[in-house]
Amino acid sequence: MDLFEYQARDLFEANSIPVLKAKVATTPAQARDAAQEIGGKVVVKAQVKIGGRGKAGGVKLAEDGDDAYVKAEAILGMDIKGHIVKKVMIAAAAPIESEYYLAILLDRSNRSFLVMASVAGGMDIEEVAHKTPEKLAKVHIDPNEGMGQEKALEIIRKGGFGSDVEKQVADILVTLWKTFQSSDATLIEINPLVKTVDGRVIALDGKVTLDDNATFRHPEFEALIDHEAADPLEALAKERDLNYVKLQGEVGVIGNGAGLVMSTLDVVAYAGEKFGGVKPANFLDIGGGASAQVMADGLSIILGDKDVKSVFVNVFGGITSCDAVANGIIQALEILGDRASKPIVVRLDGNNVIEGRAILNKANHPLIQQVDSMDGAAARAAELAAK
Amino acid sequence: MAIFLTEKTKVIVQGITGSEGSKHTRRMILSGTNIVGGVTPGKGGQVVEIEGKSLPVFNSVTEAVAATGADASVIFVPPKFAKSAVIDAIDAHLPLIVVITEGIPVHDTASFYAHSLKVGKSRIIGPNCPGLISPGKSNIGITPADITGPGSIGLVSKSGTLTYQMMYELRDIGFTTAVGIGGDPIVGTTHIDCLRAFQDDPETKAIVMIGEIGGDAEERAAAFIKEYVTKPVVGYVAGFTAPEGKTMGHAGAIVSGSSGTAEAKKVALEAAGVKVGKTPSQTAELLRAILKG
Repeated sequence: MDLFEYQARDLFEANSIPVLKAKVATTPAQARDAAQEIGGKVVVKAQVKIGGRGKAGGVKLAEDGDDAYVKAEAILGMDIKGHIVKKVMIAAAAPIESEYYLAILLDRSNRSFLVMASVAGGMDIEEVAHKTPEKLAKVHIDPNEGMGQEKALEIIRKGGFGSDVEKQVADILVTLWKTFQSSDATLIEINPLVKTVDGRVIALDGKVTLDDNATFRHPEFEALIDHEAADPLEALAKERDLNYVKLQGEVGVIGNGAGLVMSTLDVVAYAGEKFGGVKPANFLDIGGGASAQVMADGLSIILGDKDVKSVFVNVFGGITSCDAVANGIIQALEILGDRASKPIVVRLDGNNVIEGRAILNKANHPLIQQVDSMDGAAARAAELAAK
Repeated sequence: MAIFLTEKTKVIVQGITGSEGSKHTRRMILSGTNIVGGVTPGKGGQVVEIEGKSLPVFNSVTEAVAATGADASVIFVPPKFAKSAVIDAIDAHLPLIVVITEGIPVHDTASFYAHSLKVGKSRIIGPNCPGLISPGKSNIGITPADITGPGSIGLVSKSGTLTYQMMYELRDIGFTTAVGIGGDPIVGTTHIDCLRAFQDDPETKAIVMIGEIGGDAEERAAAFIKEYVTKPVVGYVAGFTAPEGKTMGHAGAIVSGSSGTAEAKKVALEAAGVKVGKTPSQTAELLRAILKG
């Protein structure tokens, strides 16, 4: 789960990482009140989970409360690369002397954690990393040994920090590591970490990604979820514990296992090239147990998508047996009744496939067509969607 | 020969008294796996009867190894307890540890993986994987045993159901070993580890490698193939139509260097001489054509 900047800021504050005073606002009036409470000049910052908001005009300086009202009014509702701004953060403005970069993240390639630090922070850090890699310290951290003051100082020096700030930045890095572990983060990035003209080091902007797998030991994660952002069908699917992602196509897809479903989307898109560019309408993994209820829930969500013209059920019976899946489909259609109105192409293989196919043949349901191969079934579903 | 797992491997089941553990213990026994016991802390001394076998339950892996001579473990415990279960197995110096559990926090996996490197005695497969099967010999995990039999193909894949699909497509040829390495950000055994083992295994004549979007494991595997593998390799990558993930910040791009897209992986594999199929069936056909010469 990716956090908004203000959530990252709150996490930093709760863990004693220095930040500026800030408040969240959803209306211009709230923005004015927040600015007045903070006092002095403020920065009004769009809260969107995508980079490049500054260049898009989503960050503006305001002189006072009334000016914050005007700036917030301009930013709220703005579309930044497809993300609509629903909240702004009003933060105290600080006179900046230098911008630094600090990050801790999961490094998949090395199967450990990586700290990156550079005295050359700011918007162009990727260019710094690319063109002058020597200016970016990259040091792996053993998850079991962690990082103490000494190691942190070594990294900070490697990142080019001068003696005026190295102690302060190293302290922040140690705290950041503790926060990274205790909050089960996979990424914490502070960019920029700034030195103000009066010599304080402060986290000005942060990106945080938390590990969804760790939700069981973090009851506080629930409050961080952005329920508004989810597509209504995705929200409904989540309520029913289904792994569903809405896409922009016409062939509804149901399958078992994330890899097979992902592959099914590709095969549908590939087959769709011959039928006017028909594409998959969704990702839906029903997992191991394809009970009638799970199948009915899955089908009803897919058929609730008005763009769907046909459905492709692609199941390879591993632990799940094909006869159970076939019964699930038939019962699901009984549950759905008239709501099921689109042709359904079914391809079953694997465990108990003969029984499964026989059940569907016997049911002789007008909406169901069986095709034996995955490629053939995808082509049939694409053809039906193109009609 | 097969890789990592043979008919001689003696397997214990961690979490044998749980519902998943007992269900899959039964399936593994039926597919010929030499299961010698189980571990559930606090339930040591019990005996579970599964498919005519009386399996002793121990409190720790070390006790289980001392009593049974086990040299592999398969882990079915829930995510909350998985880290301590894996560490228990690492500290018992088990050569092979297969972690089926899905949903383990990555900080826990990073921790037990680092511990395994330090101790240096174990190969971990997974987590969040279907396990591995050497058809006709042994089967650790949840892979259906009856899809196909022994043969000359080695298979390595991130995904479970895609593994089954590919084994089914090539069921007439059969497999030495099929390894599902799992799709989590950190896995104990990589594509490269399996490619190396298949290259070194005299019975494996050709290799199928299945990848998925995310990370750069496939790109690294491609580089390894170029350098080390002389046997024919065909590839399949899933996720061409997957929507682009919402990446945040710059850190991810800096580290991986590539975007982790299916296209980038396909290009990398083809540059290493690997033929990449557009669908699982096409991939199987590519392999068939190579074996026919």
